[in-house]
Amino acid sequence: MPNMSLKKLPAREQDPNVRNKNFLEVSQGYDEAMAMEEASRCLNCKHRPCVSGCPVNVRIPEFIKLVAEGKFLEAYDVITSTNALPAICGRVCPQETQCESKCVRGIKGDPVGIGRLERFVADYAMQHGVAGPKEEIPSNGKKVAVVGSGPAGLTCAGDLRKLGYDVTVFEALHTPGGVLVYGIPEFRLPKALVRREISKLEEMGVSIKTDMVIGRCISLDELMSEEGYDAIFVGSGAGLPRFQNIPGENLCGVYSANEFLTRINLMKAYSFPETDTPIKVGKCAAVVGGGNVAMDAARCAKRLGAETVYIVYRRSEKEMPARVEEIEHAKEEGIIFKLLTNPTEIHGDENGFVKAMTCVEMELGEPDASGRRRPVVKKGSEHTIDVQTVVIAIGNSPNPLIKDTTPGLECQSWGGIIADEETGKTSKPFVYAGGDAVTGAATVILAMGAGKKAAAAIHEELSK
Amino acid sequence: MFQIVKKRALHDTVTLMEVKAPAVARKAKPGQFIILRIDESGERIPLTIAGSDPLKGTITIIFQKVGYTTKRLDLLNEGDALLDFVGPLGKASEFEGMKRVAVIGGGLGVAIAYPQAKALHEMGVEVDVIVGFRNTGLMILMDELKAACTNLYVMTDDGSNGHKGFVTTALEEQLKAGVPYDHVIAIGPLVMMRAVCGLTKEYDIPTIVSMNPIMIDGTGMCGCCRVTVDGKMKFACVDGPDFDGQQIDWNEAISRSRMYRQEEAESLEKHACNLQNIELQKKRGGED
Repeated sequence: MPNMSLKKLPAREQDPNVRNKNFLEVSQGYDEAMAMEEASRCLNCKHRPCVSGCPVNVRIPEFIKLVAEGKFLEAYDVITSTNALPAICGRVCPQETQCESKCVRGIKGDPVGIGRLERFVADYAMQHGVAGPKEEIPSNGKKVAVVGSGPAGLTCAGDLRKLGYDVTVFEALHTPGGVLVYGIPEFRLPKALVRREISKLEEMGVSIKTDMVIGRCISLDELMSEEGYDAIFVGSGAGLPRFQNIPGENLCGVYSANEFLTRINLMKAYSFPETDTPIKVGKCAAVVGGGNVAMDAARCAKRLGAETVYIVYRRSEKEMPARVEEIEHAKEEGIIFKLLTNPTEIHGDENGFVKAMTCVEMELGEPDASGRRRPVVKKGSEHTIDVQTVVIAIGNSPNPLIKDTTPGLECQSWGGIIADEETGKTSKPFVYAGGDAVTGAATVILAMGAGKKAAAAIHEELSK
Repeated sequence: MFQIVKKRALHDTVTLMEVKAPAVARKAKPGQFIILRIDESGERIPLTIAGSDPLKGTITIIFQKVGYTTKRLDLLNEGDALLDFVGPLGKASEFEGMKRVAVIGGGLGVAIAYPQAKALHEMGVEVDVIVGFRNTGLMILMDELKAACTNLYVMTDDGSNGHKGFVTTALEEQLKAGVPYDHVIAIGPLVMMRAVCGLTKEYDIPTIVSMNPIMIDGTGMCGCCRVTVDGKMKFACVDGPDFDGQQIDWNEAISRSRMYRQEEAESLEKHACNLQNIELQKKRGGED
């Protein structure tokens, strides 16, 4: 008999007023009993609607059934047959708009906690020492280069290695993982776990080369003509941070979200001066934007000692692109939401450091091209807030490095690489692309989905 | 790991190192830079490439011991290795259309002005080099510079070499004498580059400067290195580091370069003992 409780079993969490002062993981997930209890809510539907909501097609009902039976390691094998990074997906996927949005239990009550179960299984397998690949996969003699070691690149690399390709992943930074290590904070996605997921790929035989800026030290053409790669997958991510184009954005104390989060996550600035990269967070901080990145930046600012942290967003909460869970977590931790508010100018002191920010209030007008109601300025609503730190979290444009150094690679006017949605094929022979480099800023799982499709397409082309 | 194959003190506070980095050396061009990290807790610091040898697979860097990281770097010796060494980053300098050029270097900037002068000189461009130091004790690369130009003018702030004044003093003399420079390249402290650009603007000579702002990734991802050029936001790591100096918002650049001054002092203070210990250990090791 399935467990007919209408509520999804909550995961264990650190208390908001404790966690907003540390960088330890907020959610502690399920224990074994909790996982089995939640798993028994699954009806094991024949038509498996949840699977169609998953960009990497995890065989959800199958693994959940095994969890309910306490066969956690077998559940792990089911998940990893299609998903190379389950501990990561279980934590950062927006399940509420994907698998869980299709769950039949969600029609009346909460859907099954698929994400939490995936995370539990991945963590359990890691703690109980799942051995690496059972046997070495023999090389098929063909070489594929993957540019960028974020979610798209890692997924593509893992799938191709499983098929026998010699895969080398090139990473520009000193640590592999892309946005998983520089962007998403420790308290949402522990870096030790990212390292372990990546080392699993290395154990499978994927080679990862850090400190390699493709386009600068070697071009895509040279990878193929001089280094003998048969195909290339470009997953270089959403590179350049966007700014608001308002006066005062270059004052000291104004950060792009990328810089702010990179200092904290990749460079461990929260341990300065034990680590050598500094960061400056004042008593009051404002984060401009309404996505997951904005929530991450705001929650980091709080943890670094800011007493007052604002989220400044020009639309209403309903239009916020951030996950509901992240918005809730931010609120619990004491982040103040200034909604329908837009900054117009940042003011500095005599030394060029931020001291205040002028904002206007907005009203929602007619829907715009994105279908969301366009915010318009409310007359006479101008006001100034005292802040010493401003983080601009309004998105990124793709990095131009590959585009500028690769003749024959067609790109959109806004910089994204043009690639077929189903295969990742670009205008350049044997070059594929996927993830944020193609779509602009999106989610980890969509990038993984793109990496997966490209791996299949590369295999098809190279098998001809 | 990237091995230090050669180390030479140019004087008390400035050190030259050659680092084995074949992938970088193969592609490096004048004007580009690298980012290095000493060890796991280290920060990423950008240094403009002072020379490269694709055959030996080495990159030359020249740095001044100013902060904790550069002081630590200076405690490493030949045979030691750096954890990370990435490049070549940034756009290479463009010399197209140059026929008569003044290359100006100030202090440590001379280390970067030198490869520019050398490249131009080898292209057959007529190059005057004007360099400035606080005093004769701080001079670097004099022989190399002499071999890379038509005329070399050396200025000292205190006049200890007999030519008292700033690089602008020497440049103005040449301009007043009617030397027809079609371009000026200026590399050095921000205030020096600002002064040179102020002067060349009066004479309407295009002036290229090399910016070295605070950076993290060096690939365009973080936007930390932004500079305002002609009213537009540019990233030094991907749009530069060379820019039209007469269009740069110098006050902003100077203010941004001081953002972490307090933290830099804090880091030096915190690690003062650590630096001393490393130095002592090295000395003891040498005696054994």
